Amino acid sequence: MKKKSQINPAMVFNTTPEAPQKKKFCRFRKNGIKFIDYKDANFLMKFVNDQGKVLPRRLTGTSLKYQRKVTQAIKRARHIAILPFEGDSLK
Amino acid sequence: MATKTKSTKKESVVLKDYESVIIFTPVLSEDQLKDVVSKYRNFITENGGELVHEENWGLTKLAYPIQKKSTGFYHLFEFRAASEFISKFELAFRRDERIMRYLTISLDKHALIYNTRKRNGEFNQGKKDQKQEGVK
Repeated sequence: MKKKSQINPAMVFNTTPEAPQKKKFCRFRKNGIKFIDYKDANFLMKFVNDQGKVLPRRLTGTSLKYQRKVTQAIKRARHIAILPFEGDSLK
Repeated sequence: MATKTKSTKKESVVLKDYESVIIFTPVLSEDQLKDVVSKYRNFITENGGELVHEENWGLTKLAYPIQKKSTGFYHLFEFRAASEFISKFELAFRRDERIMRYLTISLDKHALIYNTRKRNGEFNQGKKDQKQEGVK
């Protein structure tokens, strides 16, 4: 049995062990994006999975403040039929 | 269309910034569409609002069918108006059979900056998503 100290904690949640763990960052903070446009479907597609569900923060690395704005924008986009509510293999 | 400041009777009225996206039914002809759009354009200005910007996206495919239609004419109004006006404006939308869907949002300061920059064509492609090698 392995000792706990032998496991690199950075690798625990890494699905591809060969790749080095990249530090996640919030793309909105880094690029200074203050407003998320709900009319920009191509951009919002980065934050939904292939079923059209909103991706969690732990995958995208978005900070909480901007995750709320992303969610808001996606919901607006769905309302005006720019993004689908549900779908198969959007990507 | 121009951003002229109208001297309204009641100067004390606070104008807020709004943006409306309207989806018109695709069965309209070009003249009919122009008719409806100008109707709502006048509706804004007649009620003491100012039209800031207007965009016509033309016949666009919907992500899912609305009222069994798979396309629609999108139109966008950016305007300044008193907050009491919005309920009137949306009531008119709901009564209008030619409108399938609408969305009105109030714009905060970041949205205003974004919209003016977008209108000036500052970002077109490759604006976001740079890669960072943050290995520690």
